[in-house]
Amino acid sequence: MDVILLQILNGLDKGSAYALIALGLTLIFGTLGVVNFAHGALFMIGAFCAVTLQKLLSLSHTVIDETQTDFLGNPLKIEKPYIMDWFGPEIGGGIIEWAVPLSILFTIPVMVAVGFAMERGLIKHFYNRPHADQILVTFGLAIVLQEIIKYFFGANPIPTPAPEALSGSIDLGVMIGFEVNEIVYPLWRMVYFAFAAVIIGAVFAFLQFTTFGMVVRAGMADRETVGLLGINIDRRFTIMFGIAAAVAGLAGVMYTPINPPNYHMGMDFLVLSFVVVVVGGMGSLPGAVLAGFLLGILESFASTTWATTTIPGINQVIIYLVAIVVLLTRPRGLMGRKGVMEE
Amino acid sequence: MFGLNKKDGLLFLVVIAITLLAPFLLNPFPENSGMAQFNAGYPDLLQRFAIYGIFAIGFNILFGLTGYLSFGHAAFLGVGSYAAVWMFKLFTYNVVPAIAFAMIVAAIFSVLIGYISLRRSGIYFAILTLAFAQMSFALAYSVLSNPKFNLTNGETGLQVYSNDPQMFHRDGLPNLPHIFGLSVRASYELELGGWSFTFNVGYYLCALIMLIAFYFAIRLFRSPFGMMLRAIKSNNTRMTYTGLNAKPYALAAFVISGMYAGLAGGLLAAMDPLAGAERMFWTASGEVVLMTILGGAGTLIGPVLGAGLIKYMENIVSKINDNVLHQWFAFLPDGMEDFMVTIIHPFVGKGWNLTLGMIFVLVVIFLPGGLVEGGQRIARLFTGKKARAAEKSSQSTPAE
Repeated sequence: MDVILLQILNGLDKGSAYALIALGLTLIFGTLGVVNFAHGALFMIGAFCAVTLQKLLSLSHTVIDETQTDFLGNPLKIEKPYIMDWFGPEIGGGIIEWAVPLSILFTIPVMVAVGFAMERGLIKHFYNRPHADQILVTFGLAIVLQEIIKYFFGANPIPTPAPEALSGSIDLGVMIGFEVNEIVYPLWRMVYFAFAAVIIGAVFAFLQFTTFGMVVRAGMADRETVGLLGINIDRRFTIMFGIAAAVAGLAGVMYTPINPPNYHMGMDFLVLSFVVVVVGGMGSLPGAVLAGFLLGILESFASTTWATTTIPGINQVIIYLVAIVVLLTRPRGLMGRKGVMEE
Repeated sequence: MFGLNKKDGLLFLVVIAITLLAPFLLNPFPENSGMAQFNAGYPDLLQRFAIYGIFAIGFNILFGLTGYLSFGHAAFLGVGSYAAVWMFKLFTYNVVPAIAFAMIVAAIFSVLIGYISLRRSGIYFAILTLAFAQMSFALAYSVLSNPKFNLTNGETGLQVYSNDPQMFHRDGLPNLPHIFGLSVRASYELELGGWSFTFNVGYYLCALIMLIAFYFAIRLFRSPFGMMLRAIKSNNTRMTYTGLNAKPYALAAFVISGMYAGLAGGLLAAMDPLAGAERMFWTASGEVVLMTILGGAGTLIGPVLGAGLIKYMENIVSKINDNVLHQWFAFLPDGMEDFMVTIIHPFVGKGWNLTLGMIFVLVVIFLPGGLVEGGQRIARLFTGKKARAAEKSSQSTPAE
């Protein structure tokens, strides 16, 4: 029982990332009808927003500390971040330590701007072109974005730690009646899951309970009629693209402490997220979220020693196998609606 | 001539001439001049031109004719490479059985993958093929290289070791891939003044096979079968209504194009007896899509041009470093020189992928027909003809 619970928990953080990316993909696909191969790049840009903010906050200058000396007896030179000068070592240090959560605030406007720029600048011109062209142009864009990031940040992963208060692990088992040390789980992964749940909830609530969301849902169902009613649906869809970009970016920001970001992390996630979208059902938002968590948990079960000794390498291919089986038995995906992306 | 009409026959003759004379044509700069680094006439690169030309021709049969965008074609290339190296390991270094085996294995794989993937079309198809290719990559990279059952040798890559059986290997045969005793590495150097030309057995083998592949592609494009494939692209629904089942045709195109990829993979292994999983990675699949689009999808010569251009850029642009740039702009005043070097620096050397991505985006936006369409537009400017036929043929939608 505890093993099963532990694997479910292990699957949650990857599942959250899949769900968030797949949610964004589905939002874009459902509103604009575009398959966005650059969505992984948005996830990566989000992660690098956190890196940037952390670097900006820890910009420092050298000061000579008279109280400490090195082994030759000279006063020690230490790097002192400017922010510590301004706010004092206590608050300044705290701000640097909490750089990752703080960059959420910084990432949202950046990602929305990036999303607007992408939609207005490039993707807008591809609505009337075949799907193959949309795939190709966003694929090219993904390469460009990736290379730009690589040029500025280098090819190596950049460690971006979580704040100390959130980086240990907690003994979840004790809280629900297991023995001590049976279910120990890194705290940040819990934070990531909670964060993902909040974001997903917010997006659904936004679509369900606001007038704006209602119009967008109507537009997803029948774009032409909504346009004929005198509503500028294009502008709303552009805003949705910005929101989808922000969701992907936030998923990236919070993922940095789990996995140090590098320039190709987006593409690694993108391929799997596509599989998630297809399994969930193209154009279905709940399907995307459900399939994201489901596949994340399945992957974590397949990574247990028991599974890998029974069938070697099952953890590498399980997601693809599930996708193939689902597509063969339920071609529309788990929650796909009739009439969406039919032939 | 060869059962081709006049226009195709002429095109084929031009391609034959260019391929056979490539070691001359692509070495326009004397050996010791500063421009020598732009020479492409060395065997390694020439072989790549021919091999990736085959790969792109095959991809074009699927994408250009039927409109099905496969994002996992590199899987067949990788499978072909592995098959060829296994032939080397078990039987002989002769390349003929290796290449044949590579094509057979690739065909089997493409029947399996194609049968499942072709149940969906459009985006689903692209994603399914991508998923299959990534799965093959994961399998080759880690799963199939465990000590008990080592099929791919994982990260190191599959290669021939001296204790491999090689049943039909006799003494006196070269200890390298060979064609009935003639090593693929054998070359003949020709010194002419300051120029040096290399004629390499491996290149001519690849070139010959590419010409055969190209000829086969022309015949296929002009055949009733090719017409059927075009019908799938332009209006699948209507084709179904006329009582024809499009699936077998699409599957046949998929398998043919998979066999082309397997052939290319086998040749890659024949030129250098090594097969690695990275050949199956999705970036490799993306590359062949880039080649085909850049050259012009659905045209005969386009994919070959695209493959040549991308491989040339990969080898030459990535060699340009800051020193070379400083030499180029040495005529400018110092400040200007540094400025120009700083601007161009991100696009060359290690950053050539950025150049590639930007060219690709620009081509998809402004020149959906690729280099071939660009050439036609320029030709139209000069002749002043309003070629309506050309415009008509470029407007077609793929299967959705």
